[in-house]
Amino acid sequence: MKLQFAERPERSLARQVILPLAAVVVTLGITSTAVVGAGANPLTAFRKILFTPLSSRFGWFEMLVSATPLILTGTAVVVAFSCGYYSIGAEGQLTAGAITATWVGIRLGGWPTPLAIVAMVGAGALGGVLWALPPALLRVRFGIDEVVTTLLLNPVATLVVSGLLNGPWRNSTTHYPESDPIAGPARLPRLFDRSRLHLGLILAVAVAVAVWFVLSRTVTGLRARAIGQAAHAARFAGLRVERTMLGAALASGAIAGLAGMNDVAGTQFKLSEGLADGKGYTGIVIATLAGLTIVGVVGGAILLGLVKMGSTSASRSLGVPSQIAEIITGCLLLVTVALMVLKRYRIRLVRGGGRR
Amino acid sequence: MSTADPAQAVAAGGEPTEHPGSPPAAAVRMSGIVKRFPGVVANDGVDFAAALGEVHALLGENGAGKSTLSNILTGLYRPDEGRIELDGRAVHFDSPRDALAAGIGMVHQHFRLVPTFTVAENVALADPHGIGRRQVRHLRQELAAMGAHYGLAVDPDARVWQLSVGEQQRVELLKALHRGARVLILDEPTAVLTPQEADALFVTLRAMVAEGRTVVFISHKLHEVKAVSDRVTVLRHGRTVGTVDTASCTTTDLARLMVGRDVVFRRAERAHPVDPAAAPLMRVRGVSAVNHRGQPAVRQAGFELRPGEILGVAGVAGNGQRELAEAITGMRRPTAGSIEVGGSPVRLGSVRAAHAAGIAHVPEDRLHTGLAPSLSIASNVVLTAYRRPPASRGPFLDRGYIRRHATELMSRFDVRAPGPDTPVRLLSGGNVQKVLLGREFASDPKVLVAASPTRGLDVGAIETVRRLLVQAADEGRGVLLISEDLEEILALSDRVLVLYEGRIVGDVPAADATAERLGLLMGGGAVSRDVG
Repeated sequence: MKLQFAERPERSLARQVILPLAAVVVTLGITSTAVVGAGANPLTAFRKILFTPLSSRFGWFEMLVSATPLILTGTAVVVAFSCGYYSIGAEGQLTAGAITATWVGIRLGGWPTPLAIVAMVGAGALGGVLWALPPALLRVRFGIDEVVTTLLLNPVATLVVSGLLNGPWRNSTTHYPESDPIAGPARLPRLFDRSRLHLGLILAVAVAVAVWFVLSRTVTGLRARAIGQAAHAARFAGLRVERTMLGAALASGAIAGLAGMNDVAGTQFKLSEGLADGKGYTGIVIATLAGLTIVGVVGGAILLGLVKMGSTSASRSLGVPSQIAEIITGCLLLVTVALMVLKRYRIRLVRGGGRR
Repeated sequence: MSTADPAQAVAAGGEPTEHPGSPPAAAVRMSGIVKRFPGVVANDGVDFAAALGEVHALLGENGAGKSTLSNILTGLYRPDEGRIELDGRAVHFDSPRDALAAGIGMVHQHFRLVPTFTVAENVALADPHGIGRRQVRHLRQELAAMGAHYGLAVDPDARVWQLSVGEQQRVELLKALHRGARVLILDEPTAVLTPQEADALFVTLRAMVAEGRTVVFISHKLHEVKAVSDRVTVLRHGRTVGTVDTASCTTTDLARLMVGRDVVFRRAERAHPVDPAAAPLMRVRGVSAVNHRGQPAVRQAGFELRPGEILGVAGVAGNGQRELAEAITGMRRPTAGSIEVGGSPVRLGSVRAAHAAGIAHVPEDRLHTGLAPSLSIASNVVLTAYRRPPASRGPFLDRGYIRRHATELMSRFDVRAPGPDTPVRLLSGGNVQKVLLGREFASDPKVLVAASPTRGLDVGAIETVRRLLVQAADEGRGVLLISEDLEEILALSDRVLVLYEGRIVGDVPAADATAERLGLLMGGGAVSRDVG
């Protein structure tokens, strides 16, 4: 069966291409039980989720709209992980970026659009940086584990949003717990008529390409990769490990913050509760699935963007809960991590048979 | 207990047990073993057979296939082809657990012990049936008895982290014996031992084979193989060169089998004698440093290093060598003292400052401290030089230059690898060291601090590395050679310092340095020792 994939785990081709594909296949296999549990035919459901959306122009554009913030969070995670900084904080940094972008966005009425967009980008990045700063400082100064601190700050960001929306930022006309809409010039321009696809996609791809360039072609990238691969050897070679790691942590925060800005300025036009919606965590799934490559991140973001929007439409037509998207995403992470372990320790699942 | 009964050890594995009526000639027989890794055939039809009651040495250069073969025998790898027989019965190991159950034990070069557990607890962990608190008490008596019997005395209640490396190795041996290992594989067991500890280990191994166990002794140290083994199987390039009776050949014969040519270590020829009147290149004054537990490790060390001089630093492991090297190279901030290079003081505790002053460092742990194992050769080679042209222009790496530079270094230092993009972790020990030396030499250093630069390397690579060190001195650099290998110190140094408990207790010119004299100093001068 599928176990044959594990027969040649040491090839680099297998590592880069077959492994993620195997992860997707295994994941669909496992999640089909959930679909059956919801009373639907898994084949129909997966066709609705993965292929039906691609039969229309609208579907293609919506897939890219969903993928845009995931490209950013995935890239943010690649930046941190490449430098050996295991931040789980993209979710909170995204939320923080959304808060600062909203604060600025509401005040940009009457600005010229290009200038307003620059201000929004700056605001989003700044929010992410601020949220990433305390754990990063704790890590490089005192060696406090960043996995725990970044993770714990995520719900804090959610609660800050909740506090703002139920307090000072409550919508002044509707009194719903959501912010006032941001000003027109602060909204990211649409790329095509009759579609929500907006400038954020180009921004996200540009950031991803820039990160790829920095990591693979510059002095800074070499430094970061060396530290991520062998911090001890990097210190021995005279690299300033703490400074570089701090830089990577903050850059990662900035990119995650941009994802928050992207949501506020690209699709929502306001701050609302549940805005992050797991996109930060999904970034970790994507980066892991991609083996920390940028090409992989873009591909993975598009795939999971498709799953996200496909599940929404499938839930309507089939009665399958739209949470199937989260089940697929979570399952994909577990399967990916499991497959990596299999690869690393050369454990083969060949039971019976095949013995000479 | 399951200590010494082979039949019981087999039965514990759940394998069908045919009770052998008469003991077969070979306890272990591996025939036609082939193991391929992507791009490499690590074992290419290896034949190996070890008899009951013998110490059988497995000799070969790094990369000859010794580790692969032992990993196959211990169940870590599965062979692509070939068969393994134990006592004449074909066996398949799907995991190390199967091999252990069949009575094959291994003592790895890096120990697999829980540092915070006691000796008895560590042995209990290895028990196939698991052991409760009450049985641990029984176990302590058993350990004491085994310790006395085999010369493996260790306090069963000592915590492993408190033990010396030699004692930890004894715990590994006790673990294997407790599990009823009939075939014991030791992977370069003496690499971490003092000469005295090594001698004690050899006595233990003889006692073990005397009662019918089989010991497979992996090494590339010829004199040890000569001293301890009954027979030797030599591997070269993944193939069996032959199996010989140890008594029938000399170390020169073995060296020739191993590398396919004659290799003799002798005192290195030097182009220029050291000028004793020359101004010192490096002056170290009153340097003290503490180890990672905060205890004093180097006490008031002071010496001068002249241009063109190879200054050996001898000492038993753990007498402050590592801390001294780290203090000089900026990895560790000294608590007192000063260091000058070329007459100007070096800022202490900064690797960058040490580099800038012209101090290069080849550390003991070359693969993990010296290099980043998963990065390519090219990336590693520029790791200290990436900041400046020509490796980079402004913020951008010049990848063309970096590749050319790495390729050039690879040919100059005879690094054997598919190309500059090969990750360093795929290289053999000798090639790793050559990459590191190439990188450090490329910065044109005034002083080279080399810590155990040939440890774990094969004969060919040892020759190359030593030649490079001599060449560095002949070019007028100062070389500080820190090594526990007396033979190496004697072969290369112009002058020898001896470290004992962090103090320099001897400063001996090469002409007066003999193994006996240095050995005495290394032991603190208190006890007379028979070294070398």
